[in-house]
Amino acid sequence: MNQSYTVDDDCLIIRLQEELDHHFTEQIRDNIDDIIINKRIRYIIIDFKEQSFMDSSGIGFIMGRYKKIAPYHGRIFVVNLGRNLERIFRISGLYTITSVKDSVEKALCEVRGGKQ
Amino acid sequence: MSDNSNRIYMEMDAVSENEAFARVCIAAFCARLDPTLEEINDIKTAVSEAVTNAIIHGYQKQGGIVHIEADIDGHTVTICISDDGCGIEDVNKAMEPLYTTGALEERSGMGFTFMEIFMDCLQVESKPGKGTKVIMKKEIGKNK
Repeated sequence: MNQSYTVDDDCLIIRLQEELDHHFTEQIRDNIDDIIINKRIRYIIIDFKEQSFMDSSGIGFIMGRYKKIAPYHGRIFVVNLGRNLERIFRISGLYTITSVKDSVEKALCEVRGGKQ
Repeated sequence: MSDNSNRIYMEMDAVSENEAFARVCIAAFCARLDPTLEEINDIKTAVSEAVTNAIIHGYQKQGGIVHIEADIDGHTVTICISDDGCGIEDVNKAMEPLYTTGALEERSGMGFTFMEIFMDCLQVESKPGKGTKVIMKKEIGKNK
């Protein structure tokens, strides 16, 4: 597994290195949940730039992480959604619990209340 | 049998490492029909859902063999993914959107819904103790 994470204060940035399927979500879930707890994460930014495939396991994964941070008024941002992922997000209703941004920087900017 | 027909069959261990291989393999097999990127993604997603179901639900993550067959006839691909696992008690209920037996494991319950949306036709045959067979069809180049 080759997945790295960036933590910026209470914000976790995940630049996906592999396709978000059942196999990969099982591999990264525990690690990410440890980071959420230990670093008191409230905001998660998921960047699909390198990998643009996701199936229903990815939906469960995103919903699961949302449940972890929602009690702390957390938010999930998604970046670089291609056409395929836009469709998956629309059909599954994921747009209701995520915010789409053009770039990781723009998502971070919103997290910091417009200040960069 | 038309001139433009072809078939592959493969068996793989029911382990999650093989999910990506299965969908990429079937997508590559369909490439000769000159599909759009969207059609390729549809097929990859549907195959991924069916193979994941076999591994998680059919074999309850205890392992087994997943059978995958793909058949091209003209512009239509038929994909059959089956397991010899525990089977499904109530297929109609299992196919309802958001229905899941794995809520605690963060299963979204969208697997069969995606197969239905992304393919033209979906047929599920299953009996408790007798395994599950998913047959999906898609015509490539319909929207050209």
